[in-house]
Amino acid sequence: MPAPPRRAPRSALGSLVLIAAVVAFAAAAFAYAGGWLSPQRLTPDRLVDAFAPPGGPALGHRRNHAKGICFTGVFEANGAGAALSTAQAFAKGVYPVVGRFNLGTPNPDAADATVRVRGLGVEIATPDGQQWRMALIDPPVFAVSTPGAFFELLHASASKDPEAMKTFAAAHPEIAAFGAWANGAPWTGSYAEERYNGLNAFVFTDAAGARRAVRWSLVPEARPAPVPLEELAKRGPNFLEEEIAQRLRSGPARWTMVVTVADPGDSTADPSKAWPDDRRKVEVGTLTAQAIVAEADGPCRDINYDPTVLPNGMATSDDPFPAARSSAYRVSFDRRAAEAKDYPRTATGASR
Amino acid sequence: MTRFTSLQRALHWIMAACILTMLFVGVHMVSTVSPNYLALFTLHRTLGIAILALALIRLAVRLRSGAPPLPRDLPAPMKLAAQGSHVALYALMIGLPLIGWAMLSAGGYPVVLWGGIWLPPIAPQSDGLHTALWAAHVGLGLLLYAVVLLHLAAALFHALVRRDGVFQAMAGDLGRERAAQARQPAE
Repeated sequence: MPAPPRRAPRSALGSLVLIAAVVAFAAAAFAYAGGWLSPQRLTPDRLVDAFAPPGGPALGHRRNHAKGICFTGVFEANGAGAALSTAQAFAKGVYPVVGRFNLGTPNPDAADATVRVRGLGVEIATPDGQQWRMALIDPPVFAVSTPGAFFELLHASASKDPEAMKTFAAAHPEIAAFGAWANGAPWTGSYAEERYNGLNAFVFTDAAGARRAVRWSLVPEARPAPVPLEELAKRGPNFLEEEIAQRLRSGPARWTMVVTVADPGDSTADPSKAWPDDRRKVEVGTLTAQAIVAEADGPCRDINYDPTVLPNGMATSDDPFPAARSSAYRVSFDRRAAEAKDYPRTATGASR
Repeated sequence: MTRFTSLQRALHWIMAACILTMLFVGVHMVSTVSPNYLALFTLHRTLGIAILALALIRLAVRLRSGAPPLPRDLPAPMKLAAQGSHVALYALMIGLPLIGWAMLSAGGYPVVLWGGIWLPPIAPQSDGLHTALWAAHVGLGLLLYAVVLLHLAAALFHALVRRDGVFQAMAGDLGRERAAQARQPAE
């Protein structure tokens, strides 16, 4: 038959064009999903880049909270938390902890008296093979309400424009509460005297399946002794690390873990807003720091204190920060793990 | 034998949906800080383990049931490309989930699936190993999407240009009807 041979080349060309179009569309859709076509998207890479000081990041170190020191210890659950969550960490018992005292700075060599925010990373391991990781800081509220605002804050605080912070504060008035703490709260001379706050809201599920929104804090046993900043500045650049190492040599440091349970209707989405003081509080156990290990060779070095590593019985809430922190911490970890040779492991080769 | 068995066809199309979802979730989740990130990452880990299990079942079924022969008149380079791409697809379907699982293990991350299922680590914690596996996971993931696109283009080429029954071998009844319509004017 004469017709098909004449039609075939035309339809074959049409088919090839169709195939090319299908493949091109599929490739473009993939590129769109990956953000390659939307450079304005706030990616974890851009967020982590925004932490870098003008001279570039400290290779091999965390991109924020870069200065820190490891400790080992235990979390002793008193059993009261079992009424809130089925997590094994709340069943009465003693569980091993690898923690990290740290400073909120991208500079691992920053002088201790120059950094306002102090932090604590904690990993609690339980016999069921699960883990609970958290990264807490000492201000009572977070600086801003959303990850997007936090990204803007990083740019504003790094800006050479003297008006940048004023402009930012006008657009994000929630920063006032954090600012009041930063400018007004007394400084202390020890990691052991700080109260560390989780700030983000999570959801606990109890054995009956009831869900409750919670936040938690670690309240120090040691009484905070205010020290003027000028006095701290004279104590040397690493006074916090020296002090905590010295302190633990003569005995452990302890914190009580206090879980605050939200009332129905309390907002869980905004860590810049504290819940009212009268909310139900449950003391669930005691964190004990027993021994200090330098970070370069310490057990906390390779832990990403990702606050979304939660045991069963705990979950994230509608607070947008844990997801943003998890994605950014992952990028920070990927980068520093790849740069491990820039942060040698032997204590003698470490930067301090 | 001109077609794959119904079990093979079912596995193929279920896995096609899983793998496409997996690849799109993968590139999207690493580029977002939105609250979706956590759910997407959980989906990514869960689908990865599902794909690993399905790929192992599929490999066993393939070794038992075989595959319809390629058309005799298919040019040798295309035959080689067909066989090579299928080997690559099987290797990546099995290798990528294992690399991802080992990468998270090397990074000290727990591997938690949807439904609160915790998997044990399959690699020691090591930053050097994490870095190597991370690079492999990203590179081979992109390679898998490229091979999937090649596979798609080849399938459409068989269906629309060569009309040689290769597409129908996997498409099943839908493909057979289309092929019958396509062949009709020539008969």
